[in-house]
Amino acid sequence: MSKGMVDVPPKGGFSFDLCRRNDMLTQKGAKAPSYRKTGTTIVGLIFQDGVILGADTRATEGPIVCDKNCEKIHYMAPNIYCCGAGTAADTEAVTDMVSSQLQLHRYHTGRESRVVTALTLLKRHLFNYQGYVQAALVLGGVDVTGPHLHTIYPHGSTDTLPFATMGSGSLAAMSVFESKYKEGLTKDEGIKLVTEAICAGIFNDLGSGSNVDVCLITKGHKEYLRNHMLPNPRTYVSEKSYAFPKKIEVLLTKITPLKEKVEIIESSDAMEE
Amino acid sequence: MDQKPFSQGLLSSEADSQRTLYPYVTGTSVVALKYKDGILMAADMGGSYGSTLRYKSVERMKSIGKHSLLGASGELSDFQEILSYLDELILYDNMWDDGNSLGPKEVHSYLTRVMYNRRNKFNPLWSSLVLGGVKNGEKYLGMVSMIGVHFEDNHVATGFGNHLARPILREEWHENLSFEDGVKLLEKCMRVLLYRDRSAVNKLQIAKITEEGVTVSQPYSLKTFWGFSAFSNPTVGAEGSW
Repeated sequence: MSKGMVDVPPKGGFSFDLCRRNDMLTQKGAKAPSYRKTGTTIVGLIFQDGVILGADTRATEGPIVCDKNCEKIHYMAPNIYCCGAGTAADTEAVTDMVSSQLQLHRYHTGRESRVVTALTLLKRHLFNYQGYVQAALVLGGVDVTGPHLHTIYPHGSTDTLPFATMGSGSLAAMSVFESKYKEGLTKDEGIKLVTEAICAGIFNDLGSGSNVDVCLITKGHKEYLRNHMLPNPRTYVSEKSYAFPKKIEVLLTKITPLKEKVEIIESSDAMEE
Repeated sequence: MDQKPFSQGLLSSEADSQRTLYPYVTGTSVVALKYKDGILMAADMGGSYGSTLRYKSVERMKSIGKHSLLGASGELSDFQEILSYLDELILYDNMWDDGNSLGPKEVHSYLTRVMYNRRNKFNPLWSSLVLGGVKNGEKYLGMVSMIGVHFEDNHVATGFGNHLARPILREEWHENLSFEDGVKLLEKCMRVLLYRDRSAVNKLQIAKITEEGVTVSQPYSLKTFWGFSAFSNPTVGAEGSW
């Protein structure tokens, strides 16, 4: 603290005291704790009857895989699902929040939610926070107006696309889509293509890995295929099971019931003062 | 200009003007693969000056000696410098006149040494090189990056090709590809690069090297498809969005 500072009593609101200390620490070389990012491959495509979304299941904390099998395809409405890449807390919180808002809206209007509603709610929120809410989303669903697929970037811009990829593995997945996508895919072709794209992300990107989740949405019907494919099974299992060290001899057993040690005071004013 | 203290050494601003700090005119990815008879390599013909597409007829693949083919991405002036070093190398090799000639493995090794030494002096040649060739029936395909990282593989790519083309090649490459299949696979990769790399141009050459020698094709363009209904009418059912 410099000498010229006068001690002002805190007036409420955000206290910026620790900001200077954090700055000083980063200048001295101490690293701030990093956010848990999903480091992901997420994809979506439109096929002849609706939308298929896909995601890998690895969540990373810097160089460590902190969750081998997390869920990146979030529920928004019965007919709308959203994949999230970026900071895990941000994607979870923002999709949860908009999902609740959509339900309230459904009660209000008495109608099925539309994908553009979810899109607008998400992009308004993200733009409001100027990119600090680091959520990159692939939103897909089928409503009365047909199947829709959108990407939403952390700063709030959106795209409407026939096929989309986001996350660190997006280039590997996009290379699969750009070479193999065509309009009017059938359900099986679509699922196969989504799985191929996610596998390209899993095997060629270090931030993506583990298993493939797929979610298929058509008019009035949805299939959430959790762990649709497990291309990374645990193949080595040690023959030696867990063996504890040689048995410890029991010399004496003495059991003391606790009731003897504890006094129970039966009194009606035990809770007062 | 007063002398900087000795301790600042190579990183003083005076020495800055003597070494490469950033690339100026750059070429984008090169993709190459081994096929039945030799090596196939593809590169487009664009030379970008920052974000401008300045030169549209740059040949980024050249034959080296009798047995090798070199493709480069990154700073084009450094590529030309490397070509002149290799010229000298091949010339000295020819002057020996001993019936032996430098094969792709030797040229690759030479390039690795050159790149790594320049990097150690903090004055890199800002290029990623792809070296392919066939000698005595043995196919060779290797890559050297600007810091001297070098390796040999059945298929390589530089720059954006690493992210967009390698996944496709890892899935679809197999031993003993025929010439037509190899070209189709390379074109698939170059098409994805054309769609998704901002510095790509739709004018490419494919070069082939076999035991017989090097053939560089005439420049040609790839067919692209933009006819998705979602592209022509993206906001159907969602008026007002984009």
